[in-house]
Order: sequence, then structure tokens, then C-alpha cells
Amino acid sequence: MRRVYMDHTAGMPVDSRVLEAMKPYFENIYGNPSSLHSFAQEARKGLESAREKVASLINAEKAEEIVFTSCATESNNWAIRGVAARNQDRGSRIITTSIEHMSVMNVCKYLTKQGFKVSFLPVDNYGIVDCEALKKELTDETILVSVMYANGEIGTIEPIKEVSEIVHSKNAYLHVDATAAVGQIPVDVQNEGIDLLTLSSNDMYGSKGVGALYIKKGARLEPLIYGGGQERGLRSGTENLPGIVGIGKAAELVKAEMGDEGKRLSKLRDKFIKGLLNRIPYSFLNGHPSKRLPNNVAVRFSFIEGESMLLNLDMAGVAASSGSACTAKTLEPSHVLRAIGLKHEEAHGSLLFTLGRQNSEEDVDYVVGLLPDIVKRLRTMSPLTPKELRESV
Amino acid sequence: MYSEKVMEHFRNPRNVGEIPDADGVGTVGNPVCGDVMTIYIKVKDNRLVDIKFKTFGCGAAVATSSMITELAKGKTLDEAVKITRTDVADSLGGLPPIKMHCSNLAADALHEAIKDYQKKKEAKKK
Repeated sequence: MRRVYMDHTAGMPVDSRVLEAMKPYFENIYGNPSSLHSFAQEARKGLESAREKVASLINAEKAEEIVFTSCATESNNWAIRGVAARNQDRGSRIITTSIEHMSVMNVCKYLTKQGFKVSFLPVDNYGIVDCEALKKELTDETILVSVMYANGEIGTIEPIKEVSEIVHSKNAYLHVDATAAVGQIPVDVQNEGIDLLTLSSNDMYGSKGVGALYIKKGARLEPLIYGGGQERGLRSGTENLPGIVGIGKAAELVKAEMGDEGKRLSKLRDKFIKGLLNRIPYSFLNGHPSKRLPNNVAVRFSFIEGESMLLNLDMAGVAASSGSACTAKTLEPSHVLRAIGLKHEEAHGSLLFTLGRQNSEEDVDYVVGLLPDIVKRLRTMSPLTPKELRESV
Repeated sequence: MYSEKVMEHFRNPRNVGEIPDADGVGTVGNPVCGDVMTIYIKVKDNRLVDIKFKTFGCGAAVATSSMITELAKGKTLDEAVKITRTDVADSLGGLPPIKMHCSNLAADALHEAIKDYQKKKEAKKK
């Protein structure tokens, strides 16, 4: 049976060139970067070279503005808690959006219990953050604004430069969760005026269990881990050297290749979306049609439920994802799909395909060929399907 | 995640459809939660001679609907009202814990259909 993997946002393969770059750091280069001897120097070289490559990918001014973490969730948690804790003397207001990843949402909710006042900005039906609402919410008391670069669930790319200009009209920091964007589209922290930025290795075919936080020089935040003073004293603990070398190599590769790959994926994406919307009645795109990540195909089908579609796709060898409550640990449908104005039943009928390097045009044709029958079958079974549609399908 | 039995019923659901002249119809669930089930029954001499379902929902919702039609078909009404959610889940080789509440509504839908039948019968008597 043909097997097609279209769930790259959930997990990606490690690029074989990344794995090759990592290997010596498991076997031959094992010194502790903090030690003095030549073994350590080799290790330190690998560590600092990785830092430079990650800095270069997002156009950070200085390599030391990059701090390595264990994942994007850690970076998001730290950025928000760290800035909040360190800047309480300046205010207690935090602003974020209603479509952030849970690793931003839940930290913000936690901080409300610690006495911070957090506002969750609305977004429009495409998922674009409401900048007018940001202007209204932003005060001299605001210490941090956290807005994602792009949303992995609906693909929408946020107007970060515009957000940044508003945020910096006051004395607040801007944190950007760019996990879904880095490696897919160019991100430039200097040009876009970003103070803190989260990125992850596995979202760009890099090593597993590695993330980074960009901290603009001068930005004030509390250290995450106290100890031996590694990572400029901000995140102590012996470095995960092979993993860090892996994120460095991944950053170098995507920087060189994302231009061509982005064009290729955008073409596949548009063909995919068009194919589905043309062939299936009552089908719709989630997210923005053009301000969209190249790998993101988020669609919804009325009258049927996501998990049933996923199971049918899986039976045909296709791996995708859904905004369906039933696949998650909670019963509520995705907060992102609700925030863009979808009704519960519309959110339940959503599917997410995230494309990657190994996906070809044939893969897209295969899935576009499969889905109409799956949708038809489930609609025949659904009590919500209108009679006229049941008879016509 | 699902047992082989659940997947088998999901792949080949039994008794899908409507009964246009059903003696009783029961609908439970809510699109908000992501599960809606309708059960149609045909009753003769106090026995379920035919039963069909329509379901909007996840794999568990479809499989439990299919299973309840198998469990209930041919049973007397007294026997059918005794079929519980647990019976349905057990017959399917178990369900993931999170699905026990949200998607295991088939027994409720059957009981509603039987109530509907009895209500209609009472109304006829009057």
C-alpha cells in the first residue's frame, strides 16, 4: 500500500546530513565545552558554530543572543515567565493572542493566578491578529506582548512587523513564537523588531529535543535554570552537544534550501487546496488563502467529523491530523478554530495536512483522489447531512 | 488506540441508514461535543424486528452505534432497555477511557428510541 506522510507539524524526519553532523559528537567529541583542555575546545567549537548558524538563520545581530533549550515549549515558557518575573517593577500587564500554542496559552493562564493581567487579543476569520485591539490594550503597564509568527494549525502568517511597531511605541517587549515559521519562511529578528523568539530544531528536520530562544541583547529576563553558569548563566546544565550541533546543521541547511523548497511546497499546497475545494461540496479552507505557510493545507468539511476522516485516511496509508476534540486530550475542539469564528461542529470537521520534503505531486493527487469518497461515505452515515446533499452524493 | 473489534465495526458498520416508517426514533448527543446519533427502530410483538442508525462522530461513535444495532436486533423491548453503555464497550473489546463518556452514547440513543415508541403507543391508546 502507498504510504503518505502529511503530518509534518507533529513530527519530522531528521535530515540524514544532520544526523551525519551529529554522529562525531556522540562518538569522538565528548569533552565538556566548559572544560579547559583540547577535548573541551573541540566540543566548544561545535557548540559555538551551531549558535552562529542558528543566529544567521534568523539574522540575529550576535551569536550570543541565541540560547539553546530542550524544545519550543520550554522556550515559550521561559520567555514569558522569565520576562514577567524580571520586569514586575515596570508593570504587570501581558498581552497575547487567542490562537497561540498551548505552551503560550497555559503559561499566560498560570501568570494570571500570580497577579499578572493577561489579555488575549481576538483574530479575524483568517486568524490575523487584531492590531487595533492591540493598540487599545497596550499601556505603559504592559511589559510583554507575545504573538506567534505563524499558526501551524491554520497556516496563517501574522503581521509581525506591524505588531512590533505598535508594541515598541510603548515600553514592552515583543516575544514571537516562530516554531511553525522558522525553516519554512524567512524570519529576520532585526528587520522585524523582535525581542525574544522561540524556534525548534525538529520543525526544520533537525535533532529531536532541541529548541532555542533568541534574546535580543539588553532584554531583561530571569534565568531559567541556576547552576554552573552555562548559556551565559541563563540556562545552566551541561549542554546537549550532539543535539545542538544538529540544530546548527539544520539551520544551515534550511537557510540555503528553504527558498526553493518553499516555492515547491507552495505550489503543491495550492494544487492540494484547489483540488479538494473543487471536488468536494461544502468544503472550506481554514486560515488565510495567501498569507499562509507553504506547507499548510487546513480544510474543513461540513456534516462530518475529523477523526472518522483520519481513520479512513489512515486505512489508505495517509497520515494527517485534525482539529477534532476526539483526537486530543480534551473534549473541546481546538481553541484556534474557535477563535477564527468556526462553530463547534465546523471545528470538528477540520483536517490538517502539513507537507514536507518527501511529499510529491503524486502524493497530493493520491489524497485528493481519496478524500471525496471518504467524505461521501461519512456524509451518507451522518444525521447532519441535508437530505438534498445525501441524495446527490 | 482502538481495539481491532472497534476498527472492524468502523470499517464495516452494520445497519447504517434510516427506517422511513420507524416506530421509534431516538437522537442523542450534540454537534458541539462532536457526536450525534440517531437510532431508528421497528417493533413487532414487543420485539425489535429492525434497527438502523445514523451517526456524526468519531471512530468510537460509529463503532458503538453499529454494535448496539447488533446487540439489540431481535431482542424484546424489556431485554433491549437493559443493554448498557458498558455492555456496548465490552462487546467492542473496550474503548479508550476518554471515549467512554463522549462517544459511547449508543445505548442512550436506543433507550430514547424505545421511549419514543412507547410514547407513541400510549398516544394511540388515547
